[in-house]
Amino acid sequence: MSLPPFEQVVQEHGPRVLSVCRAMVDAADVDDAWSETFLAALSAWPDLPTDLDVTAWLVTVARRKCIDIHRLRARRRTDPVADLPEVVAQGAESDDEGVWRHVAALPGKQRQVITYRYLGGLSYAQIIDLVGGTEAAARRAASDGLKSLREKEIR
Amino acid sequence: MTTETGELARLRAGLAARADDAGLLDIAYRVVDSPLGALLLAATERGVLRVAFASEGHDAVLADLADRVSPRVLSAPRRLDEAARELDEYFAGHLREITVPIDLRLLTGYRREVVTALPRIAYGDTASYAELAALTGRPRAVRAVGSACANNPVPLLLPCHRVVRSDGGAGGYLGGLDAKRTLLRLEGTEAGRTVGP
Repeated sequence: MSLPPFEQVVQEHGPRVLSVCRAMVDAADVDDAWSETFLAALSAWPDLPTDLDVTAWLVTVARRKCIDIHRLRARRRTDPVADLPEVVAQGAESDDEGVWRHVAALPGKQRQVITYRYLGGLSYAQIIDLVGGTEAAARRAASDGLKSLREKEIR
Repeated sequence: MTTETGELARLRAGLAARADDAGLLDIAYRVVDSPLGALLLAATERGVLRVAFASEGHDAVLADLADRVSPRVLSAPRRLDEAARELDEYFAGHLREITVPIDLRLLTGYRREVVTALPRIAYGDTASYAELAALTGRPRAVRAVGSACANNPVPLLLPCHRVVRSDGGAGGYLGGLDAKRTLLRLEGTEAGRTVGP
């Protein structure tokens, strides 16, 4: 199976990413957060596993971009010339994207729970609404998943 | 159009421009209206990669390009401005030779040689499959010429519509026989006036 044209991803997920950005950054930064998210996603797109959970992955990228914007704003408040550290952020980010490749390789339930918990920021109660089962089972799946990620020396 | 739809359209346009600037826009595409129906135009940074008729299924064509060239595909009209303008003028009868850069990476070998030779058939002229085979220096490769023309990734830009059967019949065309006749008529070609159904 091959990856669909990225335009499809933008059309399908554009609105959801926009909601995430609106929830996380000031109105003036929403455009930037949205564009940065899809630019990063476009850059990574050809190398992603075809069975990736695209929704969860994009929501994560969007959250990370929003956090970057907050950091940048905070730096600007304290240091008016700190406008450059974008390059450093880029390197950190590609490492981060590598993590999600390992996440994508986890067994189905672990992958879903980890994605919703750590990417989507959902509570276990919300997670079992989506994946079914009990909260205890979801916690166990998350803990097993994290364990095998740690074995791959991933944060 | 809701505000949200408008906002997303604006964001998508901005994304296409930034992706292009960042060298991440491997394939840009747009759909243009024409007397032959909606045409999909897709281009890499090197040139126009594909011109597709509606009958081919534009989504299927884009999926094929994502698979064969790169999935970094975005609707990004700007890169196709010049191709769209030239096609408009061609259809209006004001332009006889289309000159936008073409990217033939979808073709290799003899097929590539065949479509590269197509512009040697002048506007208003036609050639038979056999004559085109001779033009490429392989007079007996008539069948290969036929299949190369049928698989021309950039019809209109490389004029496979000017290749007709040696008995005067129009021969096949990816965009349909009507499209081929329309083009030959536009170019004032004898075959366009005389070719029957």
